[in-house]
Amino acid sequence: MNTDKITKAVLFASSFLILLIAGGMIFSLASGAVPAFKSFGLNFIWGNVWNPTEGSENYGALPFIVGTVLTSLVALLISLPLSFSASLFLGEYYHGTRLAKILGTMVDLLAGIPSIVYGLWGFYVLRPVLISLGLPNQGFGIFTASIILAIMIIPYATSLSTEIITMVPGELKEAAYSLGATRMEVIFSVVVPSARSGIIAGYILSFGRALGETMAVTMLIGNANRIPDSFFGTGNTMASVIANQFGEADGLKLSSLIAIGLLLFLITGLINSLGKFIIKKME
Amino acid sequence: MPYYNLVFKQYTSETGTLLTYGGIGSGGGIRSLTDKVVDFGATDAYLDDAKLAEMPAEVVHIPTVLGAVVIAYNLPGVDNLELSDKLLEKIFMGEITRWNDPAIKANNPGLTFPDMEITFVHRSDGSGTTYIFSDYMSKVSTKWADNVGKGKSLQWPVGMGAKGNPGVAGTIKQTEGAIGYIGSEYAFAQKIQTAKVQNSAGNYILPSIASVSAAANADIPADTRVMLTNSSDPAAYPISGFTWIILYKEQNYDGRSKEQALATVTFLDWLVSEEAQGQAEKVHYAPLPEAAVQKAKVILRSVTYSGEPLLK
Repeated sequence: MNTDKITKAVLFASSFLILLIAGGMIFSLASGAVPAFKSFGLNFIWGNVWNPTEGSENYGALPFIVGTVLTSLVALLISLPLSFSASLFLGEYYHGTRLAKILGTMVDLLAGIPSIVYGLWGFYVLRPVLISLGLPNQGFGIFTASIILAIMIIPYATSLSTEIITMVPGELKEAAYSLGATRMEVIFSVVVPSARSGIIAGYILSFGRALGETMAVTMLIGNANRIPDSFFGTGNTMASVIANQFGEADGLKLSSLIAIGLLLFLITGLINSLGKFIIKKME
Repeated sequence: MPYYNLVFKQYTSETGTLLTYGGIGSGGGIRSLTDKVVDFGATDAYLDDAKLAEMPAEVVHIPTVLGAVVIAYNLPGVDNLELSDKLLEKIFMGEITRWNDPAIKANNPGLTFPDMEITFVHRSDGSGTTYIFSDYMSKVSTKWADNVGKGKSLQWPVGMGAKGNPGVAGTIKQTEGAIGYIGSEYAFAQKIQTAKVQNSAGNYILPSIASVSAAANADIPADTRVMLTNSSDPAAYPISGFTWIILYKEQNYDGRSKEQALATVTFLDWLVSEEAQGQAEKVHYAPLPEAAVQKAKVILRSVTYSGEPLLK
């Protein structure tokens, strides 16, 4: 009986500790952001000036919010067809074959590559390719960053979707075949609808991942602290500006960076809740 | 900084005193000194009166070496580029956007320029290099002073950012048509093309040990807090500056031992001595002029422990 009690106590304590840490993080983010919101009010969120010059300091988060959301959305759009095809390949067409195993391993490998290595590859390999295709700004910008993000988030959507697709009950598929449905019809009328919520969950997960990605983006986006003037223009994201300017920041600038961190935290939380809501609606 | 890495190692091997240095940016260094978790901090931009007043106790500046901020660019085949103040202003503020602009050609009649976009690369993080560069730009261009100003971090009219001197240097090296400002040691180490800048006497000067040293032939105040940009010396490279180490004047704080304090000032005394200064050239910095060394020694002898000077 004693071990039962002890186990229960340990489990409770660990869960409580996690809650404490999460709560503590939110609290310190919020309290660190207070000076920024005091100086700029809620206008901080849609202020589009980032001026760190001493004597005329003025900070606003809009350029970074736009940069973050834009790059993540474009990354999601680029990765969608790729990861959807891959998950169908792995989960349906070639399910269980050696080919699927190899492809699956390669996709998982993509997930394991560190962000900075992606950044390096993007800087030295992807960029020259884009320059030769005629991209402006020497290959830096929203578009380049989105491509890298798309590659980085493919594994997340793919593995989750593949799992869900393989979990579709065989009887459903067989019933459809027996009614005379073609392979394509079975996939798009039976498999995908049943796996719908899982597939969407995978995409929400990868979108959330793209929102917070730092190193690869900061090496390719051009670090221009303004709203991008075009789709191929340079800009900056929330995670990237924090990474760049945190070291030398103090006072109002530090508070503004923490406020941006808080906003990123909230946006990511919002996306995750939205995902849960959509999934619930679909079940 | 490459200079500190070199001399710290030398000091340790000579005296056995262990020294560690964290290159986290001067902001971090100043913060750490404020929190009293380090023996000294280092910065390219001296603490102004307002910042000094914010420190918990009196802080003194010890100049340690002379460095230059060079205008680096990437234009294969175009060497000995000469950029006047006006050109610098126009390029960095986005008014001149292509290399074959007639204004650039007019200033460099002997060179041919490709029809290529100019990509300005600045720092994305706060930096003393930016401070020295923008201090110079503010002195030579009222337009720059009014619209951009000087500081470790600025709101740049045009251009893209890269992190750290190595980031900017790497980006310039990899990007044809790029131009930016970097600490001299990075330009020389990576063999990046540097432009000649026109100093206040009208001469086009290439950054070198001699021209940077000439920039220090200025009136140095007793506390050594002075910007050396736009020097009046005709042989000077105009974008030069000291870099300082900062420490508390009264070393007995937070249970700091006398031995620790003595070790610190003894090291700093060695750092401004001929032996250490002679190493500066190895990493493409210039040694301190005698006037600055003398003032540094005076300041070091004013550093006290419980009111008593540590060095005689």
